[in-house]
Amino acid sequence: MSEPLLSVRDLSVAFAQGGNQSMAVDHISFDIAKGATLALVGESGSGKSVSALSVLKLLPYPAASHPSGKILFHGSNLLAMGEKALRGVRGNKITMIFQEPMTSLNPLHTIEQQIVEVLKLHQGLGDRQARARTLELLNEVGIREPEKRLDAYPHQLSGGQRQRVMIAMALANEPELLIADEPTTALDVTVQAQILELLAGLKSRKGMSMLFITHDLGIVRKIADRVCVMTKGRIVETGPTQEIFANPQHAYTKHLLAAEPKGKPPAANAAAKAVMTGKEIKVWFPIKRGFFRRTVDHVKAVDGIDVTVRAGQTLGVVGESGSGKTTLGLALARMISSRGAINFNGRDINQLSFSAMRPLRRELQIVFQDPFGSLSPRMSVAEIIEEGLKIHEPKLSPDERDDKVVDVLKEVGLDPETRHRYPHEFSGGQRQRVAIARAMVLNPRFVMLDEPTSALDMSVQAQVVDLLRNLQARHNLAYLFISHDLKVIRALANDVIVMRNGQIVEAGPSEQIFSSPQTDYTRALMAAAFKIETAPSGVVSE
Amino acid sequence: MAQAAAETTASRPLRPWLSPLNQRRLQNFRANRRGYWSLWIFLLLFVLSLFSELIANDKPIIASYKGEILFPVLVAYPEEKFGGFYAVTDYRDPVIQDEINANGWMIWPPVRYSYQTVNNAIPEAAPAKPSWLYDKKARCSQYPQGAADPNCNIGNWNWLGTDDQARDVLARVLYGFRISVLFGLILTLGSSLIGVAAGAVQGYFGGWTDLLFQRFIEIWSAIPVLYLLLIISAILPPGFFILLGLMLLFSWVALVGVVRAEFLRARNFEYVNAARALGVPNLTIMFRHLLPNAMVATLTFLPFLLSGSISTLTSLDYLGFGLPPGSASLGELLKQAQRNLNAPWLGISGFIVISLMLSLLVFIGEATRDAFDPRKTFR
Repeated sequence: MSEPLLSVRDLSVAFAQGGNQSMAVDHISFDIAKGATLALVGESGSGKSVSALSVLKLLPYPAASHPSGKILFHGSNLLAMGEKALRGVRGNKITMIFQEPMTSLNPLHTIEQQIVEVLKLHQGLGDRQARARTLELLNEVGIREPEKRLDAYPHQLSGGQRQRVMIAMALANEPELLIADEPTTALDVTVQAQILELLAGLKSRKGMSMLFITHDLGIVRKIADRVCVMTKGRIVETGPTQEIFANPQHAYTKHLLAAEPKGKPPAANAAAKAVMTGKEIKVWFPIKRGFFRRTVDHVKAVDGIDVTVRAGQTLGVVGESGSGKTTLGLALARMISSRGAINFNGRDINQLSFSAMRPLRRELQIVFQDPFGSLSPRMSVAEIIEEGLKIHEPKLSPDERDDKVVDVLKEVGLDPETRHRYPHEFSGGQRQRVAIARAMVLNPRFVMLDEPTSALDMSVQAQVVDLLRNLQARHNLAYLFISHDLKVIRALANDVIVMRNGQIVEAGPSEQIFSSPQTDYTRALMAAAFKIETAPSGVVSE
Repeated sequence: MAQAAAETTASRPLRPWLSPLNQRRLQNFRANRRGYWSLWIFLLLFVLSLFSELIANDKPIIASYKGEILFPVLVAYPEEKFGGFYAVTDYRDPVIQDEINANGWMIWPPVRYSYQTVNNAIPEAAPAKPSWLYDKKARCSQYPQGAADPNCNIGNWNWLGTDDQARDVLARVLYGFRISVLFGLILTLGSSLIGVAAGAVQGYFGGWTDLLFQRFIEIWSAIPVLYLLLIISAILPPGFFILLGLMLLFSWVALVGVVRAEFLRARNFEYVNAARALGVPNLTIMFRHLLPNAMVATLTFLPFLLSGSISTLTSLDYLGFGLPPGSASLGELLKQAQRNLNAPWLGISGFIVISLMLSLLVFIGEATRDAFDPRKTFR
């Protein structure tokens, strides 16, 4: 075996926090051969990103430190290198792409300025050469009509295009190693498939090595040659991808592999009472131009959609980002204003005022996507859950309220003793359980779930899906489940509507849609979700 | 029964009085030694100055006269009580002193001058030097009995000299410190209440409310405050509360910007949306979910607002548009120092007191700001 390109030996990373040291990475070792792809897999908090960042010494020193280990790149230790020598490696021989393409690009500079800057800095190219090279790079990463895109600002591009620009910047100096830190987590499944295909193609064409960090085993199977499974700062299993998938040795790897949303949705029952029906729902945002801000056109986020959600049943809403699925959900929950008739419990609620809606809010609950953002960091879990009770059942005594909080925490599978803690002391999955408990304590009839599993790790997703299904069966709840993840939809929804550009592309019972999708768009969504394959161009957005 | 009650109390643990976050902030504040000590020194000075009447006064604290215990500091006894005929007793008058001492006793404060007391026994023309710069003979030269006079004692020393109206500088500085800090505190409290409320309403509702309010603030803060003060002081008699009100009219604008920005940012946070979805009323959302966000920025600003208010008061006094003549004010002391360059003790005392007060406040403010900064790490 030839000398590996990057060799991490016995690396540890410790963070100092108020006097005590916590080990984020604990004596790990791995090698990346030239032209190979190594995937670091693990759940959030396993130390995989920290390991990757320490390769380029991008951690917040001196709060972070390396008690042991070395990182050999071409035989020289990066950890011992001076800042100046390191700059020659960073962005030059080793480059990195990050999870969030919106925040990794400077919003005030055009695409051209950002790529040209890299070229001038590291290669000393002149203006004209740099521009030509930029075009070449944009072509290479598959941005269509790159000449027109040169002057675009990051916000004018879609998430997938931004990630492509990031990749172009990373490729600008022909790096030998590309570190990709969850490059597709923030993207739609369809776009994710496109980006992965691009990365795999570039890697084989350029002979780069790649260190790929992800929590999604599906991606690993698709892209990696070797896998390191990390948990709690340690590498518990390492080996060729095929072997790991065929014959996992460590219990944690088996646990990860088994963590797919499973189970069947409740049987469809057309006779069940319709809790929420929407007729011709329209949400149009005006585009205003000119001095007098006249409305010249509308962005039709939701354009005439009919929905029916029945008691004890789940309606799944799928579609790529920007298809209007969240807007539809928010309109139904009367969080934004819309046109059309919204009938909740036999009553048209679309004309009700904010205060007239308040008593209804109790039966009409929302669970948001991001459990880190949706819980107030300054309130304890008990306070968060009882906030709704204080409004809708003001007569309860503090002790009665506390009893209800305890009951609902037990119901969502959390230890009631933890109710006086603050959200930051909980993991993502536990936080989402708190958010679900906050909705459930009011005994709602209709719950809108806005991508409740997207921000969670795979194995936690499965648990949350099981929890939601149990709660539904117990309380005969009507769910409107919004997701771009078809695996979760298949496990929960008995009816599905597929949305694109604010309109319904396809609707029907989920079995029928999953077994025989009628449109190319649905087929592309499914290929991306289940096989991580791309569709022919034009079927889905980039 | 009792056992069951004990169990429920055990299962409902008491929350610590500070959230973990605030505990960490307190720790960070303590870690900044300079700010932490400044806070204690400032609090000590402030509490001492609150009891100025017991430290520097021209009346005894307690006196016993003909078997009766009197509190001249708190109660104004007419001179008739001691055999005189004036409405107000001058306890510094040797006749009264002899009368009281003959029929009982009295305990004087450490400094026997109030801020308005004129020392009639200064050894040379006012402003007189600090007493410790004279020898005993010179110091007592103006007392009726010279060096043997019972009133030529350490209680009647002018530790920091006198000003050009023969008033004790130490007493004036002490009272001046108190009035400055109180003025600053009340002004800061008032302007932050108004500023936070205005910023909160603007940020939370946004849109037209924000736009109109913002334009109003721009116009309002363009009014030249000093000229306005000049004009108003020609109409209204200058006083503590008139000055406070006038300053308040303009100083509340300072906090609006930060609070508004915090509310604008936070009103679309998911947990705020979640609260809306629960049906929580607007006012509750603003108080419970948004205000804590804005408090960090506000608290960070407060000490600087405080020192700003104090220096404004001082400069107004210096220019002669501040507190009414005769009040104890640091600005007035500086003005005297400027007029009497031959009396450096005036300038030095004024400078040290003002700079000490402002530095302490700035150090406290700096430590507060660092304590609330989540990115700051202390070792």
